[in-house]
Amino acid sequence: MNTSIIQARPDFAAIAAWIPQGSSVLDLGCGDGSLLRYLRETREVRGYGVEISDANIAACIANNVNVIQNDLESGLADFEADSFDFVILSQTLQATRHTEALMNEIVRVGREGIISFPNFGYWKNRLQVLLGNMPVSDELPYQWYDTPNVHLCTLDDFEILCAHLGIRILGRHVMAGGSDVIVMPNLLGSTAVYRFRRDS
Amino acid sequence: MSNSVGTVSAQRASFDTPLVFKSGAVLPRYELVYETYGTLNADKSNAILICHALSGHHHVAGYYANDTKNIGWWDNMIGPGKPIDTNKFFVIGLNNLGGCHGSTGPSSINPQTGKPYGASFPVITVEDWVESQARLADQLGVTRFAAVIGGSLGGMQAMQWSLSFPERVRHALAIASAPHLTAQNIAFNDVARSAILTDPDFHNGDFYQHGVVPTRGLRLARMLGHITYLSDDAMADKFGRELRTGKLNYNFDIEFQIESYLRYQGDKFAAYFDANTYLLMTKALDYFDPARELDGDLSRAFAAAKARFLVVSFTTDWRFSPDRSREIVHALLHNKCDVSYAEITSQHGHDSFLMQDEQYFAVMRNYMDRIAEEVR
Repeated sequence: MNTSIIQARPDFAAIAAWIPQGSSVLDLGCGDGSLLRYLRETREVRGYGVEISDANIAACIANNVNVIQNDLESGLADFEADSFDFVILSQTLQATRHTEALMNEIVRVGREGIISFPNFGYWKNRLQVLLGNMPVSDELPYQWYDTPNVHLCTLDDFEILCAHLGIRILGRHVMAGGSDVIVMPNLLGSTAVYRFRRDS
Repeated sequence: MSNSVGTVSAQRASFDTPLVFKSGAVLPRYELVYETYGTLNADKSNAILICHALSGHHHVAGYYANDTKNIGWWDNMIGPGKPIDTNKFFVIGLNNLGGCHGSTGPSSINPQTGKPYGASFPVITVEDWVESQARLADQLGVTRFAAVIGGSLGGMQAMQWSLSFPERVRHALAIASAPHLTAQNIAFNDVARSAILTDPDFHNGDFYQHGVVPTRGLRLARMLGHITYLSDDAMADKFGRELRTGKLNYNFDIEFQIESYLRYQGDKFAAYFDANTYLLMTKALDYFDPARELDGDLSRAFAAAKARFLVVSFTTDWRFSPDRSREIVHALLHNKCDVSYAEITSQHGHDSFLMQDEQYFAVMRNYMDRIAEEVR
């Protein structure tokens, strides 16, 4: 099962690579709990997921993953400052409405934050816009009228937001088609994973 | 009746070691009635304790051979193949001390006087119940429960188990519960108690000797309680402004269907429930507050807990609202306890915890299945 999850979600492997054995983890928008389960089985992390969907709550419980049913948009008031080694937000940032507030919450609750998101600046996305249409791809599999994504950004945009919020970026892992991207990541990367913390 | 545990029978356990209540009162001896479903496994690790709420009892699932219509109060949840699967678990339901369904309570005969305890029965707390339940577990050879499960006041007992006996509970499931009652909630209980206490037939709790029952008080108490267990929407859906006879009669008889329903519920309840037990149960609710002696800090209260927790609330439950469950979750998170929290969308108010609901049952089934794997 471990390998299939990693194949399906290459960002999971990138996230896991940054998480030491035995860390405490809060996974925001944790879906069915696959990442937390993977981290528990491979890294012995202890942690919790936060989810809003009923089906995912039941699935997390079936995956033996602690999950709290809550709306991320209402903040992380249930969680105390610096109560986790890592707060993870995987492929969810672009669908959050109060994105700025959530970023601040992530670095309040976690000693480090890890975020993965689709890079809107990926050349295939740019090309589709240039050709006159909103991008639709594996990473952005929605039509403009049914997408939950309200805050899409490029890598540059994300880094500007971090600077604006006083968040220091500690690491960046950019991928396209399952391979790492080193050169011109904002153009050639389809997915990015960032590791960061509050700049204090 | 598919998926039923089938015919069941109540059993009785006697205790001769005096029970010292939190109030300081002492009960020298007492009995608890209980039922069990399923089979205790060889290492006695698959036992589940079901704690009942205000008006519940030991008849949790199945039916009686001589009364097949008398189905247990949580039969939809417990049975072979049901979320609490009796093919996997040994399930114990009991009638709490102070109850009126067979366990020693105010209507039982006090052997020292030969009369019903009545007003002399000690005011009981959730902690006292848990102590008495632990003694029942001892008699049944259960040193550690796979889970202690309860809704409402039963959820308070599940939480208290994790605090009183941290080593004896693998999982605590608190459903539609609260870490303590709010002032509003205590106020409802006080009105209900006042209805009973001021009934001329109450006789200060010793009505048994007078051959009467404070039916009017009990009825009012139940009617009030029932309103608070339902949601505004559920009542509107079920009854609306429907009239019994289809027209206004310009008098004080029962005109609206909701009035008829409430009185029916009140009458039904008053016919079998003991007024003193009602007083005791509501007091236990009011008193429960594990943070009370810790400056109101619930996080400190849960520091002792070692169980894993499932907390469940229902969106339209305004008597034990999701916010109260979130307080429990918050305290557990502070202590880094394993906890999952599900907020079930339901329109049935506090009563939701007794009703079949797809999401609620999926959460319960998945959680219980994980426990079953742990204790297999």
